[in-house]
This record gives sequence, C-alpha cells and structure tokens, in this order.
Amino acid sequence: MDVQDLGSAFVAAMALVRHGDPDMLAILGLSLRVSLAALGIAALVGLPLGALLAVARFPGRRAVVVALNALMGLPPVVAGLMIYLLLSRSGPLGAWGLLFTPQAMVIAQAVLITPILAALSRQVLEALWEEYAETLRSFGAGPWRAVPTLLWDGRFALLTVLLAGFGRASAEVGAVILVGGNIEGATRTMTTAIALETSKGDLPLALALGLVLMVIVLGVNALAQLLRDAALRRAG
Amino acid sequence: MLPIEAEALSYAAGGVAILQDVSLRIEAGPPLLILGPNGAGKSVLLRLLHGLLRPGRGRITPEAPTRGAMVFQRPVLLRRSVGANIRYPLALAGLPWAERRRRAAAALEEVGLAALADRPARRLSGGEQQRLALARAAALAPPVLFLDEPCASLDPAATRAVEEIIAGIAARGTKIVMTTHDLGQARRLAGEVVFLHRGRVVEAGPARPFFNGPASAEAAAFLQGDLLW
Repeated sequence: MDVQDLGSAFVAAMALVRHGDPDMLAILGLSLRVSLAALGIAALVGLPLGALLAVARFPGRRAVVVALNALMGLPPVVAGLMIYLLLSRSGPLGAWGLLFTPQAMVIAQAVLITPILAALSRQVLEALWEEYAETLRSFGAGPWRAVPTLLWDGRFALLTVLLAGFGRASAEVGAVILVGGNIEGATRTMTTAIALETSKGDLPLALALGLVLMVIVLGVNALAQLLRDAALRRAG
Repeated sequence: MLPIEAEALSYAAGGVAILQDVSLRIEAGPPLLILGPNGAGKSVLLRLLHGLLRPGRGRITPEAPTRGAMVFQRPVLLRRSVGANIRYPLALAGLPWAERRRRAAAALEEVGLAALADRPARRLSGGEQQRLALARAAALAPPVLFLDEPCASLDPAATRAVEEIIAGIAARGTKIVMTTHDLGQARRLAGEVVFLHRGRVVEAGPARPFFNGPASAEAAAFLQGDLLW
C-alpha cells in the first residue's frame, strides 16, 4: 500500500461514479435499503423504549440501563452469529427461510442498533424529562403520558441519535457477511464488497468502494444536519 | 375546588424542616400573597397546595392529584410554537380541538402575544416567556392559580405587564395565590397576606392592616427591609 495505490483508488472511484457502474449502484442501493430498513425498525422499538426508560422508575432500572449501555458495544460478528443460529435451517426460525437474504441482514442490523438507539435516546430524553417533569405533572400528565411528549420535543436531539444508528448500521460488516453471505447480486453490500475486494487483493477497487461509501454516509449526515437546522430555525 | 383547606402541614427535606404546622384557608376573593424572607418555605408551600409535593404531616382538602394551575419562577416552555404551548395542557385536559384553538387565541390576545403565535416559544424574551406561561395557565380557566415569584428576573416594564395580566386573571374570578419578594408588588396586588417565617405562619389576614401595622415583630422587621433570620 503506497501513495500510488491511493492515487489509483481515487481514479478508480471516479471511474465507478462517472460511469455509474450498474453493479456498484446495485450494491450501493442494497446497502442503503438494508440500513434504512434496519434503522426504521430499530427506531420504532428503540426510541419508545429509551423514552420509557427515561421516565419509568422501577426496581432494577439501573441494571437495565447498564445492560443496555453494554449492548451498545455488542460485537457485530457476535450479533450476526446469533441471528445466523436463529435463522439457519436447523434453527428455531429456520422455517422462515431468511438466511442469506437481505431481510436477514436487516434483522441483524436492527438487532445491532436497537440498543444504541434505546440507550442514547434514554440519555437524551432523561435530561429533557428532568427539565419537563414538574411542568408536565402540574398539567396532570404522568410519566406515561410524557413519553410521546418527550419523543416529540426531543426530536432534534433524537435525529442525531438516529444518525448514530444509521452510521453504525451502514458501516457494519461482520453481521451482514455472516447472515447475508455476501452473494453477488443478492446480498452483497458496500462493506462486504470492500472486505471481499481487499481479501482478493484488489486494493484500489476496495478503496474506491470505501471512498464512495464514505461520501454517501457524509451526504446522509449533511442532509440530516441541514434538515435539523432548518427545522430548528422554525420550531426552536 | 375552593375553599382549599390546609391543616397542620409539615414538610421536611433531607431531615431539614421546611414547613411546620402550617394551616391556612384559601377562599374565593382577591389575590393572596405569601410573603416572607428567603428560605421561609414559600415555594414549598405553593407546591404543597398545588399538589406537586405531599406533606409529611397534615392534610389538604379537597384531595386531588393537583389543585388549580401553577406558573413557576422559571417557567419551562415546551420546544414548540407559542400557540402549541398553550394548546398542550388544554389537550391534556381533554378539551376538543376547536375549543383549544379558540382558548389559545384568546389567551394569547390577552397577554399581547397573538402576533407571535407561530414563533418557537423558547426564542421569546424573558418577559414574553413569563407572559406565555401565565397565558398557558390562565387558558385552563383554573379556579385557583399558584404563581411562584412570577416577576423574579424581569425588568420593571415586564413586571408591570405581568402584574396587569395577573390582575386581569383575578378579575375574571380565578383565585391568585402567589409569592413575591417585591414588597411594592405585594402592596399593589394583595387582598390577603400570609406571612411565613422559618417555616411557620406568623401572620395571616387582609392585606391593608398587615401593611399598615403588622402585629408581629418579624413582619414589622420584614416590611422595614431588615434582614430576618
């Protein structure tokens, strides 16, 4: 690996983008679809869970928070292995026939980032709840009623939480390669393609794909930031 | 809701007695001002009466999760528009959509914020925020409204505006129960006074006699601006 490789990687990346290489576009499209679907599912579960944890007071709550924080660091390959065992033909969910499909990759990424969304939103919304609790109680709203209020009033901070989840999902390789299988034209994503090209020794192509992936992730973040700023200006 | 009857309230926090054996009766009528030096227990008493805190001993009737509405010294505005801030508690109270909009518009009109209805509430100035908090509570048309130092950090002009709003709310039949450390304001607004010192009620009664000639040495010292401990 030297400067020349880096240079040819840029050239290769430009060529990929300029020609709109259909294979790469398909891989890129699948990557985005899988990660966005996983993000959607994880958000539906993780954000309300985080909000509930922010307001609920019950014995063992601290243990749940600690466990959730620990799950944020769940190694993707371990998560992938567990999903693999569940979905494999002899596994409990084997009858669904999902192993080595994009759906399996969505499940793996959703499992991976749900704790991240829940733990981060718990943190963000707990601070908001501290500020709001007395006022909401004065209006007669208990903790349960506060959950939708916190989710709405914390929407700008939660967007950042969602971005963290999306970043983790789209950058992840260990889980999707196990449950997806990196099948060309079916379950090959940007990250598994990069892993494959690297192991094949085609470093410029691997680097080029990596550059494209980084630009996409950067673009998504910039777009989200712009939306957030615009909405903040309007809604405070 | 009225009268609210507090009997022999005591409240302690972290082993420190904040209120001891406080009894008082809140009846319909002109504003009741709770006066006393810092640390006398005024804010805690308001929270007990409103229902945000539970007394360690004693009882308050009628029993309810909360009584009336309250505006805090530093009001917490929701991260929403000015109008949405007013409509939120109205929705919690179960009012239908059209009624919420009607009341919100009227309340904003009354506090002079109608033109700012679509602005983010937290971008308002301090005085505007306090007026919004008052409008938000008043739109509930509560029988009693608790105000904790509503003008504590406002300049004289904003203080005047808030006092006019308070007088307007009182004139429409809402009982005002408020704390203040501004004696001029207390004289302008009070119909009745409860004077607290070291967590106990030292004097309670009509405002005029209290300001003209307090019965207790503590109240006399307080009115003269002496430091009380």
